Amino acid sequence: MIYRETGQYKATYGADQQLFPIVQDRYFFFAFMAFLVIYPVFFGSDYLFQVVLYPVLGLGLCALGLNILTGYCGQISLGTGGFMAIGAYSFFKITTIFPDLNILIIFIFAGLISALFGILIGLPSLRIKGFYLAVTTLAAQFFVEWCINRSDWLSNYSPSHTIGAPPRELFGFLVMGPEAPGSAKYLVMLFIVAVMTLFARNLVRGRIGRSWMAIRDMDIAAELIGIRPLFTKLSAFAIGSFYIGVGGAMHVMFNLENVDPEAFEIFSTSFPILFMIMIGGLGSILGAYMGAAFIVLLPVLLRNAFPFLGIDIASHVIQHIEFMLFGGLIVFFLIVEPAGLARLWQILKEKLRQWPFPY
Amino acid sequence: MDFLYSVTADPVLQIVEDPVFFLQIILEGLMAGVMYSLVALGFCLIYKASGVFNFAQGVMMVLAVMCMVTVYDAGFGILLALLVAMVFMVGLSFAIERVVLRPMVNQPQIILFMATIGLAFFLEGFGEFIFGGSSQKIVPTEALHIGRDALLIPMFGSEIRLQQLDLTAGVCAALLVATLALFFQKTTVGRALRAVADDHQAALSVGIPLRSMWVIVWSVAGLVALVTGIMWGASSSVDFSLVLIAMKAFPVLILGGFTSVPGVIVGGLIIGVGEKVAELYWGDALGGSIEEWFAYVLALVFLMFRPQGLFGEKIIERV
Repeated sequence: MIYRETGQYKATYGADQQLFPIVQDRYFFFAFMAFLVIYPVFFGSDYLFQVVLYPVLGLGLCALGLNILTGYCGQISLGTGGFMAIGAYSFFKITTIFPDLNILIIFIFAGLISALFGILIGLPSLRIKGFYLAVTTLAAQFFVEWCINRSDWLSNYSPSHTIGAPPRELFGFLVMGPEAPGSAKYLVMLFIVAVMTLFARNLVRGRIGRSWMAIRDMDIAAELIGIRPLFTKLSAFAIGSFYIGVGGAMHVMFNLENVDPEAFEIFSTSFPILFMIMIGGLGSILGAYMGAAFIVLLPVLLRNAFPFLGIDIASHVIQHIEFMLFGGLIVFFLIVEPAGLARLWQILKEKLRQWPFPY
Repeated sequence: MDFLYSVTADPVLQIVEDPVFFLQIILEGLMAGVMYSLVALGFCLIYKASGVFNFAQGVMMVLAVMCMVTVYDAGFGILLALLVAMVFMVGLSFAIERVVLRPMVNQPQIILFMATIGLAFFLEGFGEFIFGGSSQKIVPTEALHIGRDALLIPMFGSEIRLQQLDLTAGVCAALLVATLALFFQKTTVGRALRAVADDHQAALSVGIPLRSMWVIVWSVAGLVALVTGIMWGASSSVDFSLVLIAMKAFPVLILGGFTSVPGVIVGGLIIGVGEKVAELYWGDALGGSIEEWFAYVLALVFLMFRPQGLFGEKIIERV
């Protein structure tokens, strides 16, 4: 009844191709963005920021990067943790060498360094594919882990190779470091995430995004119709790694604030982010954030649910249950809804259009 | 200049100066390689028969040996413990076939691969839940008649050490490969499995039951996992960090080719020797403990020239 597009005529191509052609979608989106800006700034607690919002935004951006690479271009990567580490350590290094540089520019540079490394790791993808490639991305993961564990220079000679978020200002406001107010950090994160998501959204529906999808669906056929595999695959690696690098830098600098190399381990970082896009939906931008929210919130929910129900349970047992749930959910989603939460959201919208009629 | 010297000339000089030590390193590498091959064998079997790259193989290995050690520690005999572990692995493959594989027939391989990542997480949580996550268990080597001494072989006026455990692993691997070769080549089931590996649909059309074939091959892989788990567990202790061993099997697999049992053995030996030699002679110059990534880089370089691995079938793609 409410969600109906009848009568919304488009007179120009521009109007037909805009991001939200349906008016209700557009209003809902702007209302949701306004809510995202206003609610946390006025009513957000530290708990809300640190447990929910920072991880969802930071890891969500990483998941988006991986989704570009894996979901859109079909190049499966298990080295996400490594690229996050590259982003985080390059941010740290640049900002300590040039303390006065605008942090937004540093984020771009951190992403570019990660992108460069992504191109390097993407080179074998021209010869090999599938899980052969997945295994070679593990090489990136282990090599980066080894590098940050070996090099004292990268962490400014801290004994355990730990890096921390230095206090930094943006346009006169303190937005980084332990002293910065939670809402300031949140707004900067939200701004970066929003801009980069908008960019990605337009990228994937443009020429380059369509060539990614062609390569994903069948690379030989794509090559035959004139899509350059070299440029297409490497651009997916570069742009995906750029997003992962920026996401990793944000996740470390705004959320974790102090990390050692172990934070980027394969089982604690790369796989959860892969799970995010599998549960959220491969090849969907919304799905990356939905998956991130799901993976971030599930443990929080579990930790609170058992005491709430009056069941006394040890924390390590909860962790085991978490593992089982994650694994079970992955298999469940792959069987029942391979397109993930994003597809469920789409189905819901379809249903809403017909409501209250059955068809 | 110093760096160049320490990367190029110095290792060669070291090898020439002490060839017996070099031989010792090579032998140790070969033994380590056999252990890697054992892990990779399980992956290879499942891939051959069902086209699934089973990420959960490492966890299956730990589960198998955990189960055996737990039963043994509860005071039952070693034979019973082995039997229970075997039954457990067969039961597990029944469950996996029913719950994971059957609904996913005809899905792309990469989706099945992701499903096994989920399966790995599930099994790890499940195993830690049942057997306790933090406990370390010891494989009863005496009861299994695995020696733990070192043999000393005199050579060129000095000695070469050989661990009995490594030798046992080598013999086990040889026996396993021989048995598997016989099984695949000479028995009806083995022939059916090869047919399934070639083409699912064609195998179905000549009346080979796909489902029971999958259960069989996952069970066989489970038994291989048990042997592997015992060997790896005996060389250190049994806990869930052993899962990481499976990571070592990946470069072996892509080096040797996913579909080839001899490839897995040769790949394992190459990786084992390469890793040990690189660590000892080049490790210090490059910053130490390069073992963590050396195998991957070695495999990657190989892949650039032979995308299907050393012994893998030639990849033919059609639109």
